[in-house]
Amino acid sequence: MLSLDALPLAASASNLLAAREQMAFTLGFHIVLSCLGVALPATILLANYIGLKRGDGDALELARRWSKAMAVTFAVGAVTGTVLSFEFGLLWPEFMDRFGAAFGVAFAIEGIFFFLEAIFLAIYIYGWKRLSGWAHFWSGVPMVVTGIGGAFSVVAANAWMNQPQGFTLDAAGKVVDVEPLKVLFNPATGYEVPHMILAAYMVVGFLVASIYAVGMLKGRRDRLHRLGLLIPLTIGLVATPIQLFVGDTAARAVADHQPAKFAGMECIQETGSHQTEYVGGVCTSDGVKGAIPIPDLDSFLVGFSADTKVVGLADIPVDERPPANTLLHLAFDAMVGIGTALLLLGVWFAWVWWKKRDIPRTPWFLRAVAVSGAASILALWCGWIVTEVGRQPWIVQGYMRTSEAVTEADGIWFSFGLVLLVYAALGTIAIKVLRGMSRRWREGAADPNGTPYAPPEGSR
Amino acid sequence: MSKADVAAGILWVGATFYALFGGADFGGGFWDLIAGDAAKGERPRALIQRSLTPVWEANHVWLIFILVVLWTAFPPAFSAVFTTLYVPIALAALGIVLRGAGFAFRKSIEGLSARRAAGATFALSSVLTPFFMGATVGAIASGNVPAGGNGDAFSSWLEPLPLLTGAMFVATGAYLSAVFLVGDARRAGEADLERYFVRRALAAAAVAGVAAAIGLVELHAEARYVFDRLVDQGLPLVILSTLCGLALLSILLRPMGRNVGPDSTYRPIGRVFLRPLAAGAVVAVIWGWGVAQFPYLLPTSLRIDQAAAPDPTLVTVFVVFAAAAVLVLPSLALLYSLSQRDLIGE
Repeated sequence: MLSLDALPLAASASNLLAAREQMAFTLGFHIVLSCLGVALPATILLANYIGLKRGDGDALELARRWSKAMAVTFAVGAVTGTVLSFEFGLLWPEFMDRFGAAFGVAFAIEGIFFFLEAIFLAIYIYGWKRLSGWAHFWSGVPMVVTGIGGAFSVVAANAWMNQPQGFTLDAAGKVVDVEPLKVLFNPATGYEVPHMILAAYMVVGFLVASIYAVGMLKGRRDRLHRLGLLIPLTIGLVATPIQLFVGDTAARAVADHQPAKFAGMECIQETGSHQTEYVGGVCTSDGVKGAIPIPDLDSFLVGFSADTKVVGLADIPVDERPPANTLLHLAFDAMVGIGTALLLLGVWFAWVWWKKRDIPRTPWFLRAVAVSGAASILALWCGWIVTEVGRQPWIVQGYMRTSEAVTEADGIWFSFGLVLLVYAALGTIAIKVLRGMSRRWREGAADPNGTPYAPPEGSR
Repeated sequence: MSKADVAAGILWVGATFYALFGGADFGGGFWDLIAGDAAKGERPRALIQRSLTPVWEANHVWLIFILVVLWTAFPPAFSAVFTTLYVPIALAALGIVLRGAGFAFRKSIEGLSARRAAGATFALSSVLTPFFMGATVGAIASGNVPAGGNGDAFSSWLEPLPLLTGAMFVATGAYLSAVFLVGDARRAGEADLERYFVRRALAAAAVAGVAAAIGLVELHAEARYVFDRLVDQGLPLVILSTLCGLALLSILLRPMGRNVGPDSTYRPIGRVFLRPLAAGAVVAVIWGWGVAQFPYLLPTSLRIDQAAAPDPTLVTVFVVFAAAAVLVLPSLALLYSLSQRDLIGE
């Protein structure tokens, strides 16, 4: 007979899966929009600056258009970000109850940055008509600073979940003392924060450039398209080599601080030196199948010597191993692979630009740029899979398991289903709206921004 | 006054700003919803849209501020509220998504039917969101959230007082919005719209007043602790709110004349006091509620001092609040002033 005691346990196991899926989905959706919030302002202001400094009407037109698009993406990002705040309480109330006093500090600071960003974004987006050129430009500068500050605070909170410190627990596990600076500047902040900010600049740079690359492939070779490709592509390509350096540092720090996560993402089974680096493949407890093995490289990457000892999963207690090792491993490889490909794209572009002061003439270059936007978003998602799935089963590394944090509320599967439906509609309509804007600009048609839904002119 | 009390005060300041500005934005959606068919509702909707467009996202951030202060300074209270009232809270979150997205898409989507669908989504969710927020607040004030959380998911808020509080939230937002829009219509020189929103402000004030009166009776029945303090320590604030409301009514009921407009020299006496009076009435109610449930965060199961985070965390919240006062408030003032002088807009 089924014991009654087992029921709540079963319910919470089911809740755990539903809550993790919903969190992953809503975060994955929001993170693309938050990249736009972090890095699009700088991209727009660069075009704005070029336009004002050189009297370049095309650059100003690009800045104006991108800011109109940002009005839409920021609105969607503001509400999907709010959903995440609600989810902290709706999905992970025990986590907030026990640790809100510690890691909430980072979010309190984020609140200020988000406030200022929303204010100056509104002034900038709606200031095109009546503010003077340079006053308008400067009204946009706070967006860049607050975007970076906001990213710092939010990612510092996530870094704290990976490397918690700066708090004291009493015998009952309650937080009784907090050192806010230690919370903010935990060991993972130093690499997670720049890694994410650079990722945002890469996503925005390659995403915006890819839109103009598609246009150029369709034969739209005007100056507007050329500039619309060059400005964001430059930003993305400058961020890429720095990102590879930061990412490499991050991976070494993870090997040091979170050996279980590192073993999972590199599919390392047995602890030892001379670890093989596996590219691709499927993780099994007998090792990696179907991968390209590179002897000693993994040890070398971790400690600059093949003799470096790396911890394997066999030495991690079974109930502390991250799940889904193949997913982790492939996500990590995909992220690194895409980053490397984008670096090569930059080398190609820089070489041709140096020689000819022009973008490479072959359509293959435009095709590569055209897929770079989607590729950089994929890399972004893969990076977060590595960070978040790799930290499991912990929500606060070493202190609290995700299963202890989850809500006992009913209906999480239902709410996840609803979220899927609403977000699918949200994403579809947002893309439709942005494509409509782009088409109207191309055709020189006016935006329908008069009255909300007045009857068509002819009918009156 | 302890550090925890100061932190609770900061929470209330956030709630005050959100009620005033976020509340008015929800109210705009309410008037949009009942503005009638496309031809009849065209001009009021256009005015509402012009007023909301540059400011609603900044106003929305006060909600984030409230959530962050609550979970940082009072983590057990945040957890108790969210594990008990997750149904109205989740519905409010859904409403926030639909409202923001509907508003943003309505302006830029093509096709009349698509714009109508987006507009209807915006308007309807502008009513449902404050209703569920009000039901949440009403349930807390009723003492239906146990300190340990996981209270009953439905009976905790499906009671007269929480539902009435939800209705009061909707009516108050509508009232604030109508009063703000009277000023916006005057500035735009649209005298008929000014009259239009004066009528609506009066109607909303009447509904909010009636809801508040029934609310007092229900408060007496369902939340005796809060009621007793409201009519004792909170009495000055209740009187202040009533006086503000009456003064506002007396101004709105004055005849307007027909020659109101930007070029007219005619100005009805007292119109400049409309916004401060409307705000004053609402602020007094919010602080009256705070005084009434003091020293409890969750009457009568969790006191402010029991729920408070360790001191260094509270001090961080103070520092952040000070930074907000120095950086955010002047920036908000700049945004509102640019918006009111029509220096920003589409």
